Amino acid sequence: MGEPYLRDGVDFGDVLLAVGKAVIAFAVLLVAVMLMVWFERKVVSRLQNRIGPNVAGPFGLFQTLADGIKLFFKEDIIPDRADRFVFQLAPYLALVPAFLTFTVVPIAGDFSDGQNGAVTIFGRETFLQVADAPVGILFFLAMSSLAVYGIMLAGWSSGSKYPLLGSIRASAQAISYEAALGLSLAAVLLVTGTLSTNEMVQVQAGEGFGGIVPRWNLIVTGFVPFVVFLIAGTAELNRPPFDLVEAEQELVGGFHTEYSSIRFALFFLAEFMNTVTLSAIIVTLFLGGPAGPNFGFLPGWLWGFVWFFAKLLVFLFTFVWFRATLPRLRYDQLMDLGWKVLIPVSLGWLLVLSAVRLVRNGQIDITGDSFLDAALVVLVSIGVLVLGAVLLSLAIRSARRERLALAGERDPLSSGSLVAAAEGGRD
Amino acid sequence: MVDLLVFLVSAAIILGGAIGVVLNNHPVRAALSLVASFFGVAVLFVAQGAHFLAFVQVVVYAGAIVVLILFVIMLLGVDRTEDIRFEPLAGQRSAAAVIAGMVLALVLGGLFLSGPGGSDGAVALTGTKSRTAPISQLNESDADVQLLAEDLFTRNVLAFEATALLLTIATVGAVVMVRNRGAEEVVVDEPGTARG
Repeated sequence: MGEPYLRDGVDFGDVLLAVGKAVIAFAVLLVAVMLMVWFERKVVSRLQNRIGPNVAGPFGLFQTLADGIKLFFKEDIIPDRADRFVFQLAPYLALVPAFLTFTVVPIAGDFSDGQNGAVTIFGRETFLQVADAPVGILFFLAMSSLAVYGIMLAGWSSGSKYPLLGSIRASAQAISYEAALGLSLAAVLLVTGTLSTNEMVQVQAGEGFGGIVPRWNLIVTGFVPFVVFLIAGTAELNRPPFDLVEAEQELVGGFHTEYSSIRFALFFLAEFMNTVTLSAIIVTLFLGGPAGPNFGFLPGWLWGFVWFFAKLLVFLFTFVWFRATLPRLRYDQLMDLGWKVLIPVSLGWLLVLSAVRLVRNGQIDITGDSFLDAALVVLVSIGVLVLGAVLLSLAIRSARRERLALAGERDPLSSGSLVAAAEGGRD
Repeated sequence: MVDLLVFLVSAAIILGGAIGVVLNNHPVRAALSLVASFFGVAVLFVAQGAHFLAFVQVVVYAGAIVVLILFVIMLLGVDRTEDIRFEPLAGQRSAAAVIAGMVLALVLGGLFLSGPGGSDGAVALTGTKSRTAPISQLNESDADVQLLAEDLFTRNVLAFEATALLLTIATVGAVVMVRNRGAEEVVVDEPGTARG
């Protein structure tokens, strides 16, 4: 448990190794962000039948660098009505959690044949992640709940109306979707039985079912937590289709309207860093991180990196794809989806997983045949889930009818035909 | 040596944050000081090996409760200064001072009475360690999670359930109160009733 090189006391070399890993991780993440910005612009362009950046460097690869330099030399404006201290603090509050989350992600290492992914650097055995905290995945939750501070305080401290609206939306959205995020995470914790990211990858590594289907949490937890996590994660990122926080048509630029120059660049950086980091977390949680078959001819730890990067790329592309194809949700749709769909679904699925686990541990023994028991428990759980869903939708429908009736009494404009139209279904 | 250093730094952050909460006359900055204070406490938890508690502290207090506090501050716009000489409840300040003094005396008395080496006073303050499974049976990495879960879901399960119920009642109560007061001017934010 924990980093192998820290087990027998800490000497100067250990400290150097830790600092070195942190610096390398930061550099890797910065380069990844640079490439991600380019990738997103290029892919979105292609999806919209445009060419995209193609002037600066080969394939326009240096466009991000050029934009960064341009932003750096622009005038830095602080509005008169801004709270200066908080205004200057906010970009860093957005950036730091984005980087810190990345420190618990194992990005490479050999996990085949029950190895724990450790490599030996300068005679010290270490994992290829900055730190393997005993509660690594809680660290991710903690950082994602802190990330909202940057956005919230940026909007408030600007002393202007649209940023404030954007930041209020951001905090409401973050609070609503954090619950679904945590609940789908709980399903993963239930089946892996560990909070450490390294052990989580070890659990998912190996031959898998029938030697072909990998033992990823994606399959073990039954897809539902993964879908919920992906949706809630996109909402946490404030990426389309959940980008009400910076809806250009309504809020100018949202929380960062008043920011310019390097401070704006920091927000931009944090946003893309969060995208990369969340994709990495999804890969670690549900797709086995760097675990994958080792085909030889490359050192084992490098295969880990190849697999990790391939899986990461799938999610980065997915996020860009979301942005290019999905229209933005309305505010009430956002809240409906979070509270009335995602939270009940993930809670119900967690109960099903717990029941199945009890059967597998032999703590439920009804018929004496373990397979029959499992089938029975799954059937009963699904029945309970369906019943719960029906009850919930009935409650929501009757509350909605009551609300509309109340509105019909008081507001002449919405009575009669309009209420009937609303009852008949949304368009 | 390292332990002492960690303790000193985090104690400085905790106390600095706490003083900042009281002295800052700006509510948003006071809330930010509170976050700093929570972080110091989380670091102390980590130093004691209670990793789970540390991160729950950050997620719940720094991440959720203070965000809600800021949310309320922003929505109500209470960032104007108030006249602090005005006391809505007569004598509340002297009462607060007396109670704070008494609590402080109790804690310090308990600590000093225990004497060097003895732990009677400290145990009286914090309670005895409760554990049913021997610590050797626990997995080294998440021993604190297991101990906490065991304590919550066996010994203190009634208090745990009662807290959950209380929180639900509070939420429902808040919704009911808001709805009753606003019944005069119901604003229905439904897509079907929009004018456009």
